[in-house]
This record gives sequence, C-alpha cells and structure tokens, in this order.
Amino acid sequence: MISIGERINGMFKDVRESIKNKDPKAIQELAKRQTDAGATYLDVNVGPAATDPADAMKWLIEVIQDTVKTPIAIDSQKWDIVKAGLSVVKNDVLINSTKSDPEELDKYMNIAKDYNAALICLTMDKHGIPQDVEKRMEFVMQIVEKAVEHDFPMEKILIDPVLFPINVDQKQPALMFDIFSQIQMISDPAPQRNVGLSNFSQGTKEKRLLARTFLTMGISYGLNAAVMDVLDKDLMDAAITAEIIMNKNVYSDSYLTAFRK
Amino acid sequence: MEIPNVAEKWTSNVNEITIGATKEKGGTRAKTVTVGGSKCIPFMDFDGSQGHKPVVAMDVYDMPPDDWPETLKKPFADVLNNPAQWAKKCVEYGADLICLKLEGIHPDKGNKSAAETVSTAKSILAAVGVPLIIWGCEHDEKDNEILPKVSQAVKGENCLIGVVTQDNYKTLTVTCLADGHSIITLSPVDINIAKQVNILVSEMDFPLNRIVMFQTTGALGYGMEYTYSIQERERIAALTGDKLMAMPVICDVGHEAWRAKEAKSDDKDAPQWGAREERGPMWEIITAMSLLQSGVDIIRMNHPKAVAAVKKCIDRLY
Repeated sequence: MISIGERINGMFKDVRESIKNKDPKAIQELAKRQTDAGATYLDVNVGPAATDPADAMKWLIEVIQDTVKTPIAIDSQKWDIVKAGLSVVKNDVLINSTKSDPEELDKYMNIAKDYNAALICLTMDKHGIPQDVEKRMEFVMQIVEKAVEHDFPMEKILIDPVLFPINVDQKQPALMFDIFSQIQMISDPAPQRNVGLSNFSQGTKEKRLLARTFLTMGISYGLNAAVMDVLDKDLMDAAITAEIIMNKNVYSDSYLTAFRK
Repeated sequence: MEIPNVAEKWTSNVNEITIGATKEKGGTRAKTVTVGGSKCIPFMDFDGSQGHKPVVAMDVYDMPPDDWPETLKKPFADVLNNPAQWAKKCVEYGADLICLKLEGIHPDKGNKSAAETVSTAKSILAAVGVPLIIWGCEHDEKDNEILPKVSQAVKGENCLIGVVTQDNYKTLTVTCLADGHSIITLSPVDINIAKQVNILVSEMDFPLNRIVMFQTTGALGYGMEYTYSIQERERIAALTGDKLMAMPVICDVGHEAWRAKEAKSDDKDAPQWGAREERGPMWEIITAMSLLQSGVDIIRMNHPKAVAAVKKCIDRLY
C-alpha cells in the first residue's frame, strides 16, 4: 500500500499559521508523526492562502527534509509550484498531480523523468471529470500510451480515477472498483491505482468509517495507493489487514507490527 | 522482429550477511564468507544480480555420530572422534564453513558440559581458518544453558549461531547481540511462523541483517517439495520488499538426505537401487541442487563427493 499522508496542507489551520510565521515546529512534528505512522509519502500542499506559494512550497519541503527522509508528494495544480518543489527535493518524490490532456501528460512526464519522480495522473482533462467508467478508461489508455511513448516506468504512474464525495454522487464509489480491476489488466506491469480518500467522506458524519470501509473494499479490487489520514490508526490497520487478506504480504501473528518496521 | 524483454522487475533484494571475522575485525579467521544480496529468482540473472554464490557448510559433530551409515563414515573414518581434525578434513574436502553440530550436549545423548563444548569449539577455530556455524541440540533448556557460554568464548569471531524458535528465542538473541554473532531463526515449514520469529527477534533490537532463516529441510522423497515451496515464497517476498523475509536462507541437506533409506540402505537390501557408494551421495546432491533453485544461501552437507558435485554446479551456474 502506498500511503500518502495528507496532513501537511495549508487548508489546515496549524499548517497555514506555520507557513505564515515561518515556524517549522508544527510542520516537522506532523512530518515525524506521519512517518512513524507508516506514510510512504508526505503530501505537501501550501493551500490557497499562501502569499508566495512557490516559496512556501520550497520552505515546507526544506523544513520537512531537515527532520525526516520520507519521500515528498508535491501537491499542486500549478506548474510553477511543482517546479519550485522539485528544485529542492533531496529524496524520492511524487508529483500530485497532472490531468490527462495529451500536452499536460507530455509536460509532466518529461519533468517527472528528469527528477526520477513518480506521477499521479487524474482521469480528467480541461473539459472536466467524466462520470462514467468508459470515459475514465479512455483516459487511462491515454496515460498508459503516453507512458510507453515517454519510456516512463509504469510502476511510477499512479492513476487516480477521481473519486467524488459520497454525499455528492452516491453512484460513483462502486464505479471505482470496476476501474481498479480494469487498470490492472491494461499493461504488465500495471500502473498503480490511487484515490483521494478524505475527499470521499468530507462533510459527512461518519467520515472515518466511510473512508475505512471504502479503502478496504477498494483494496480487494486492486486499489493500492491513497492520499489519506495516516494518523488514523484504525484506517491504517484496516488497510494493512485488507492487504494481508488479499495475500499481498506474508501473514504473521504480529503482522501489524511487521508493517510498521 | 524485436523480442520483448520479459525480465521480472524486482523491487528489493536478499540481505547480505558476512560470517567470520579476520584479525583486522577482531577475530582469528583466515577468511570470511558473505552470502545473500540476490536481486533475482535463483539462477535467473537476466532479472537482476544473483548476489553472492551459495556456500557449503560441512557438519562436524561434537561426538561420533550414532546414525551415520558406513558410506558416510568412510571419508571421515579416522577423525570422527576428533572434531578439530574432522573440521580440517572438511576444509580439505572444500567446505566454505564448518557447522559444529552440538549433538552431544543433548541430555539423551552425551549431556556434555559447557566447558567441554567451549573447548571443542575453540579447538576447531584453532584447526581451521574458515568461519564457524554453531548449532545447538534443539533441546531448549540445554541449548539455553550451553550456547551462551560457547557464544561468549568465541566472542569476536562473528559466528552464526542457532537455532531460535518462536517459543525459545530470548536467551540466544540476547547472547548473540552481546557477543556480536549472527543468529538462525527456525520455523517448521511455515512461512507465517518464519516471519513471526524474525519479528520477535528484531523486537529485541537484533539487527535484521544478522539473521539467517531456517525452514527445516525435507530431503528428496521426504517432503522436499514443502521446503521448496516455502523457500520459494520467502525468496519472492524478499524480492518484493518484505524486510522481515529478506534474510538469507540455510538448509540442512546432509543430515536429512542421509536419513532416507534410499541413501543409506545396504546394497543387498535393495540391489535394484544400485551401489550405495553412488546412491547415497546422489541423494544428497539431488536434494541440494533442487533446493538451491528455491533460494538457499548456505547448505549444510555431509559427503565429500556430494559437496564437490554441488560446488561444481554452483560454480558453473554463477
């Protein structure tokens, strides 16, 4: 499971304040806690309020790297911010994310290759997000073709079929399972399958239960990456357990401990 | 037409481990042995580096073995009473390491004391320059009494000592940690328990890269396929990034192969099976060569002919 810890995001008040005051303490604490919780990547998003977002991105990455070696996921839709982030990363890195317009894929795959970065590709383009499986799979095909064209390692592509919040369109979650299954058939090796998990349950009363249930169901269909609250221990334990049930890892009586080693 | 590249892409590798310490490293060994490091399924070097060659450890007992057939005793006829001389002979026969099997400390066999055992281990270290594996009698109480004393006496030699199980691991883990030795974790043909023992040992702050796994061994015709499939799964788990399954593997081919009636029975009992002088070593060779393909780094063996044949095969395949 590729778990992308979502907590270093300017949407959260503590992170926003830290950026504003250039006070690294809270950021470094979050980096450390998420790393200890088992995060594969630490998502870094400066949020909408930063006055100089490119500079804020650099600062965040630098203060995180002073504390932990966990790879960074640069989370931005803005090219300049992504580039600023890449210019300071020291370890493995993930770019979160690009849309699937051909020219966007070209641009992002080129820069990702330069930095040996992994790349989240959303199944959407400038015209918007498709609502059905077929159109999303067309984007998946397009992403895979571009990866082949750019000789981009398929295992470093994370395809995100853009999961809608449950309270926006209740038909959508079940469609995702079909997409996860189909993506695994599309190439060998197949691209990874990613979702934004907290987005799915935002604004609901059973936020954590919904996220946890979707994640375990998704794993049974081949979901293997998520931008998520890694500090939610129940959520992490459920993911680890689902992967054991799906025979992705070797079972032992202390398998929860084993995962965190 | 371009031929597609079908090589597997493995993400991880088997841990490397060095056994033995030379003078510069605080020991007295003339040479050390490093195993592991493989980044591919055995012998599939197009997938990735094969890492270090598998090595052969030859068994030396602390008492004359009571269950060895004549064929096996013959090459060691004049030394079975003298572990140091026996070890020397093994090195002449090509042993990369000596495995001192403490058969004689078992309460039902010799019930030997710690002092006797320490002196045996030291005599072997003085006689040969290869690294040493020290293997208890698998009687928990007796092992916990004797092995710590032996471990302490050979401190600095970076031996490989075993075995620990999920029910008996604390004493030996603490001892090996203190004396700088590596450790063998045993699980009875069970991959889940294998992982569990590794977790338990590592939770005592024992470094993962100083553990060697032992799945118990089945010989040809006696459960070899169970050992094979577990070891194969272990190797795949190691290559796909399971840090708790990334240890090099040891197996006990000699002892198991020579327990088989096909290996040890007299020529007159089964004339249709061919001469036992050939048949016995052959049983050991086939068991060793088959298991090597599942992913083995250290093979414990007995008969010099089998050792020579297996080493030759390994050299040709690497």
